[in-house]
Amino acid sequence: MRHLAIETGADGVAVLTLDNAVESMNVVSDDWLDEMNAAIAQLRDDAAVTGVVITSGKKVFMAGADLKALVDAYGTMTPHQAYAFSQKATAMHRALETMGKPVACAINGLALGGGFELALACHYRVLADDPKAVVGLPEVNVGLLPGSGGTQRLARLIGAQPALDLLLTGRSLAPAEALQAKVVDALAPAGDVVAVARAWLATNPSPVRIWDVKGYAAPEQRMMIIPEVAMGFSVATAKVVDKAGYNLPAPPAILSTVFEGIQLPFDKALSVESKYFAKLLTDPVARNIIRTTFISKQAAEKGARRPAGVPKTHFTKVGVLGAGMMGAGIALVSARAGIDVVLIDRDTATAEKGKAYSANAFARQVARGGMTQDAADAILARIAPTDDFARLVGCQMVIEAVFEDVAIKAETTRLAEAVLGSDAIFATNTSTLPISQLAEASARPDQFIGTHFFSPVDRMGLVEIIKGQKTSPATLAKAVDFVAQLRKTPIVVRDSRGFYTSRVFRMMIFEGVAMLEEGVEPARIENAARSVGFPVGPLALLDEVTMELPVKILDDAADAPGNTYTIEKGYAVLKRMIALGRGSRKAGGGFYDYPAGAPKHLWQGLAEEFPVAGEQPPQADLKARFLYAQAIETARCMEEGVIETAEDGDLGAVYGWGFPAWTGGTLSYIDTVGIAGFVAEADRLAQLYGARFAPSAWLRDKAAKGETFYPAKKG
Amino acid sequence: MRDVFIYDHVRTPRGRGRPDGSLHEIPAIELVTQLLQSVQARSDLDTALLDDVVIGCAQPVGEQGGVLARGAVLNAGYADTVGGQQVHRFCGSGLEAVNNVSGQIASGMAMAGIGGGVESMSRTVMGFDSGAWCADPRVALHNYYTPQGIGADLIATLEGYSRTDVDAYAAESQRRAAVAWQEGRFARSIVPVRDVLGEVILDNDEFRRPNTTVESLGALKPAFAGMAALGFGRVVRERYPQVEEINHVHTGGNSSGIVDGAGVVLLGNAEFGQASGLKPRARMRSWASIGSEQTIMLTGPVAVAQKALKNAGMTAGEIDLWELNEAFASVVLRFMDHMDIDHAKINVNGGAIAMGHPLGATGAMILGTVLDELERRDLNTAMTLLCVGNGMGTAAIIERV
Repeated sequence: MRHLAIETGADGVAVLTLDNAVESMNVVSDDWLDEMNAAIAQLRDDAAVTGVVITSGKKVFMAGADLKALVDAYGTMTPHQAYAFSQKATAMHRALETMGKPVACAINGLALGGGFELALACHYRVLADDPKAVVGLPEVNVGLLPGSGGTQRLARLIGAQPALDLLLTGRSLAPAEALQAKVVDALAPAGDVVAVARAWLATNPSPVRIWDVKGYAAPEQRMMIIPEVAMGFSVATAKVVDKAGYNLPAPPAILSTVFEGIQLPFDKALSVESKYFAKLLTDPVARNIIRTTFISKQAAEKGARRPAGVPKTHFTKVGVLGAGMMGAGIALVSARAGIDVVLIDRDTATAEKGKAYSANAFARQVARGGMTQDAADAILARIAPTDDFARLVGCQMVIEAVFEDVAIKAETTRLAEAVLGSDAIFATNTSTLPISQLAEASARPDQFIGTHFFSPVDRMGLVEIIKGQKTSPATLAKAVDFVAQLRKTPIVVRDSRGFYTSRVFRMMIFEGVAMLEEGVEPARIENAARSVGFPVGPLALLDEVTMELPVKILDDAADAPGNTYTIEKGYAVLKRMIALGRGSRKAGGGFYDYPAGAPKHLWQGLAEEFPVAGEQPPQADLKARFLYAQAIETARCMEEGVIETAEDGDLGAVYGWGFPAWTGGTLSYIDTVGIAGFVAEADRLAQLYGARFAPSAWLRDKAAKGETFYPAKKG
Repeated sequence: MRDVFIYDHVRTPRGRGRPDGSLHEIPAIELVTQLLQSVQARSDLDTALLDDVVIGCAQPVGEQGGVLARGAVLNAGYADTVGGQQVHRFCGSGLEAVNNVSGQIASGMAMAGIGGGVESMSRTVMGFDSGAWCADPRVALHNYYTPQGIGADLIATLEGYSRTDVDAYAAESQRRAAVAWQEGRFARSIVPVRDVLGEVILDNDEFRRPNTTVESLGALKPAFAGMAALGFGRVVRERYPQVEEINHVHTGGNSSGIVDGAGVVLLGNAEFGQASGLKPRARMRSWASIGSEQTIMLTGPVAVAQKALKNAGMTAGEIDLWELNEAFASVVLRFMDHMDIDHAKINVNGGAIAMGHPLGATGAMILGTVLDELERRDLNTAMTLLCVGNGMGTAAIIERV
């Protein structure tokens, strides 16, 4: 055995230690399952063994399956194969709990997913009383469900509804909460968990789970004739829809697994669980979510887009120019990452205000118990507010976040470069101005780069790094290192109007106003966007970002030669709303009214300004338009080289502007639809709704060749 | 097809469907038993002439299950050759039972029978029989299941009915029911319910609140906003994307009341009339059931009315009186608007908002009510219809002979 060790003591207790020989963590794998099966047989047959303790030789007990191994299931595994895959793991867990000897799980550290499912298959669980030793079943967050008996054991241990709460949120429980929720039996200091497990075994406990006791029936087993239980499932179903619409297959599958499983004998229930698991594993949605939100994201954070051969930079001191909302946020996340920050604005008082943003944010965290006062003070001490550029001496990098004006930015650039060391890089946080144009003010444009943070900076994980024409690979590498140190996700794009994220995101809000111009009922527009999984409708979004902003960008772009940054339909709507004094929420109300103390609602006057057409388009078309408008613009970005990898495109979509995660991102969505089908539907939409949907020759050619954005997996 | 005639009908008064309701101590089967005994006694009927007794029930489980109809046949002392059958079409069950017996007779396969319905809501819990349609996540999700009251509010939202509109309708239902009781319009068909001692325990529709006004109704809280907030509001918007927010206008005061009760209708062909010496009071002109959109659940009446009219070869203008179950005020308002029916011709003696809706029983009860009213006014034709759970509708047209 390579990943396990068994040591039997004089007291008849065998300690089975999980210790993966290759990986730094214990993971569920084929090898491991085989070894576990062998170990279980050995322990069962060894007359000297009276009880078993399972623990881990790593700091973390076990974090579950290797998602890299699961992401390729779609398209390569049949549902029946996926079912067999799940049943193999299920059988091992079942063998463990029915081997006739009591098994105690000494959970010495974090146990999530498959790790916690193993613990649930033991007769007793003692958890290390350490804040890092959380337990839970987070599979729902990657589009799956626990497929090794987790749904059935949890529902029988703590009840169907409490189990559903954990399974549908995927949240993990800290030790005290885990004990209260009865998902573990005891807590003990990390060093004592094995001893506590051993002590439990000494009480001569039964090796039979409650569900294996003859005559056992889950309290909810007769659920269909218990009105409260039946109604509970009605409501739980509605809640699933409320949270995610009809886009995510995992939450309804989890509901059904518990609903159907709890009415069945245990082994039949495990089989049903495996069937639902198999359906999810072979569904493109799980693939999309795992690929983008786990694999691509981690790769980006580990430097997938970092030029090779440049030594890694660890940042200890940076400057932030401009202490407005963005600058203040960048200062906060930098200081939090252990970096000293010189925060500069036109006067010290304004710079102090920028620092106060961090102070307030930390005060809220301290009040909530999420941070100690000492930690907050230590971070705040790293931020030095000033109006003196001379204090930038020694900064390895400067991030400029001053007013979006070329002249002001140029002046700021010159003032900073006068002080900065020769190898320091200069990053501008512009969201709209071309990097190469701003770089003209720089004496060293090869050390000039764009870093587009999203608002609010302390909560948005994406940073769009923009290469100017002259940006050097070394500068790019440093920018990537900086973003990684902030624990944010970098994507790398080429300089172009709107860069990548703003350029594609505009298609979302422009589609909303185009629909309004066509006479679509406003509620249909907002509901269509939310229905496909956008957190907010385009009209509500425009109220927040202000309609003046897109109009200004469009007007600025209109002067540029060969401009393609245009809006096909809906410009008049924006202009009219602004003329009416309803350009934003800030203006007192836009597409929505914002009554004090009541929820916002669509402005009644919209019907008069933009009369509703007698015949409304199919809702399915409205939904498709939001997805297609953005997907096709992303494809154009790929065609033009604004983005260079599908991963960057999809990470930007999901984390930059909230493109629905079930799609995996804009390009993943095209692959999911199938590129030929996508082109055909885009043609149909172009015919009905406008040229912006028309696929380019490049995309048609890709479709003709059957090319995908991600390499196809072989079965 | 042979003619099907209505020879008689009776109903119990409706008791409040709560533990303090007068009928709470009376099991559902006893309500039906007493009505069957009354039908027999009113005309000294030879029960061996009957082929079948079909009883509808919207929650046919527990003491209301097990083919309650056959149990009641025997319990009432009917000839043991009379069959029993239970039908379930949610709120349409009582009328569906009448239609079922009519079908047996029309086809020539039976000479006579009794169709009716029962529901003891005080002795069951709403949702007692739940069912996959609303509780099995896979089915509920696919059906866009939403509780009925939200569907009623959705009708008001889509049709633009205000709180005042629905409350005004409800107040009028109470007023009409009060007049009907004052004038004894139900007297001919009400069979007081007796307890174990044989003493009358209830002889009137005790749910009524005759002093109800639009103002008093206005003080009540919306009943279904809370359910919508749990997530059903989003389910509705997935299905009805034109809706920004549901206008929650329905309350306990403008929705049908929760009550206990039963009703039965004696049906037969012409030969049965000769054999029993009974005179037919009306002919079953046509009947129908349909499916309608299931999320809103309550728009079936228009479609089922049109189907029943088509089956009868009639137009809406030829119907003298309409009796549409007042499941919720918006259901009736929508029906009047879409069918262009004068309020003066529909639910003329009030309805379930005032007197209550014993789910499976109502269809049989209101068929009898409207027949009595046709006779009182000396009119000829009436349609009885109900909206039905999970998106259905059931109707019947009767014509005096």
